[in-house]
Amino acid sequence: MSRISIEQVKHVAHLARLAITEEEAAMFAKQLDAIITFAEQLNELDTENVPPTSHVLNMKNVMREDVPTAGLPLEDVLKNAPDQQDGQFRVPAILE
Amino acid sequence: MSLFDYRVSELHNLLHKKEISVSDLVDESFKRIHEVEEKVQAFLTLNEEQARAKAKELDEKLATEKEFGLLFGMPIGIKDNIVTKGLRTTCASKILYNFDPIYDATVVERLHQADAVTIGKLNMDEFAMGSSTENSGFQLTRNPWDLERVPGGSSGGSAAAVAAGEVPFALGSDTGGSIRQPAAFCGVVGLKPTYGRVSRYGLVAFASSLDQIGPITRNVEDNAYLLQVIAGLDPMDSTSANVDVPDYVSALTGDIKGLKIAVPKEYLGEGVSEEVRQSVLQALKVLESLGATWEEVSLPHSKYALATYYLLASSEASANLARFDGVRYGYRTDNAKNLMEMYKQTRSEGFGNEVKRRIMLGTFALSSGYYDAYYKKAQKVRTLIKQDFENVFEKYDVIIGPTTPTPAFKIGEKTSDPLTMYANDILTIPVNLAGVPGISIPCGFVNGLPVGLQIIGKHFDESTIYRVAHAFEQATDYHKQKPTL
Repeated sequence: MSRISIEQVKHVAHLARLAITEEEAAMFAKQLDAIITFAEQLNELDTENVPPTSHVLNMKNVMREDVPTAGLPLEDVLKNAPDQQDGQFRVPAILE
Repeated sequence: MSLFDYRVSELHNLLHKKEISVSDLVDESFKRIHEVEEKVQAFLTLNEEQARAKAKELDEKLATEKEFGLLFGMPIGIKDNIVTKGLRTTCASKILYNFDPIYDATVVERLHQADAVTIGKLNMDEFAMGSSTENSGFQLTRNPWDLERVPGGSSGGSAAAVAAGEVPFALGSDTGGSIRQPAAFCGVVGLKPTYGRVSRYGLVAFASSLDQIGPITRNVEDNAYLLQVIAGLDPMDSTSANVDVPDYVSALTGDIKGLKIAVPKEYLGEGVSEEVRQSVLQALKVLESLGATWEEVSLPHSKYALATYYLLASSEASANLARFDGVRYGYRTDNAKNLMEMYKQTRSEGFGNEVKRRIMLGTFALSSGYYDAYYKKAQKVRTLIKQDFENVFEKYDVIIGPTTPTPAFKIGEKTSDPLTMYANDILTIPVNLAGVPGISIPCGFVNGLPVGLQIIGKHFDESTIYRVAHAFEQATDYHKQKPTL
């Protein structure tokens, strides 16, 4: 049985903000299915009482003094923007 | 004879004695680049004008100053996912084809403070996702030992440039083997430091809990000198560790008497080629002759590392790469009527297939209904893999095995099936999951292709790794072999 359908691939692509063609959806469905099937070998392991590791070092919250420092100059921040106007990033219409 | 046949410490002495200038070193780099770059294609961007100007400036300083650091005037190449102020940084992705960073990564700043000279930016798999550098959005880098073969990846440009003698050393990054595997394929020395040893500030994030920047060099001593400069706590990276940085070069004593080596049976078993296995066993004999002992051990969860890695790294990548949206930097599509279309078209036109595949895998593993079954499960198995290493390190000083199952493969050989490509990393991935340091050094040749020996150490014990690697290097001459280009 297939673990991931073409419809699921399209849904995931939408969540990830990727436009994909029908052809790509079919290709990714096949490839992701193979990877996920492979990943399911982890189910051989009983991990009921194993804590998850998100980070390998024994690190607590890292704090610093709350001292204000200068931010980046506006011209630097906008330097790489594909489009800008009046010191702001410009994007296409958000509402139709 | 190239100037880069000397060790960095020897070049430093030549500078001191005024037998060479910084301009000579920088000239050597660009001379070699002009000779071989057409074949190797390691660099995405060259910094020639600025590097030559910097060399002049340093030569003036050299005339008046008596004391200067070891990296003073040394040419260096930087992987293109490490940001360099005013020097284009693309991550080998079309989505960042024109990105001009407004600050330097911490490692780059430290190199500047040490007066190293940036020669250029090195090719890689797009966003460091790959094992052959074939996923670069711009060009194909070739292995200097055999131009029909891949240099490895994702730091393929860094390893190839060092092997080809274009720069004496380079920086790479390693998320699942991306420094060690190309170092093995190109016959050079590559270290992935302990997670947290080197600041990630300015390293474009792929999988934040696994990524580390590290040095790629022609010998172990140079590697130690380079790590010395880039290691240490950085207030700009809250995951950089507040652990003292020892003097790495002083660890290079050549003495490994009484050293206890663990050799995991999983690292010499199924999937590892007979020639690679023999090279590693031969290397162990060399280490035995120097007074070390070795025993076979087990890292029982090794076979689960690959699946664990692809779930975790892809999940983290799907979050990290959300920032490439066509708003603040990089590529933006021309064909969009509204914002949602702009996001989707920009990302679809800007990212390559491997990056899209991993973003989708990660998005799936993190999505509602699948999170526990895939992402959380993988985090739990990560704990078991980490414990495997802790158990072995209770009794042994280092773990040794091959870096890769085979020497460099042919261009195009593994591109059709993602899982076949991923399997190439089975021996390097567990190290990233456990967060421990590992190095690859040359330990032999199979049909003219280099083989890498992987030495893995305890958390923050790069010194012992270097000591073992250096002792082996002193007893062999693999690191002195050079490809004919």
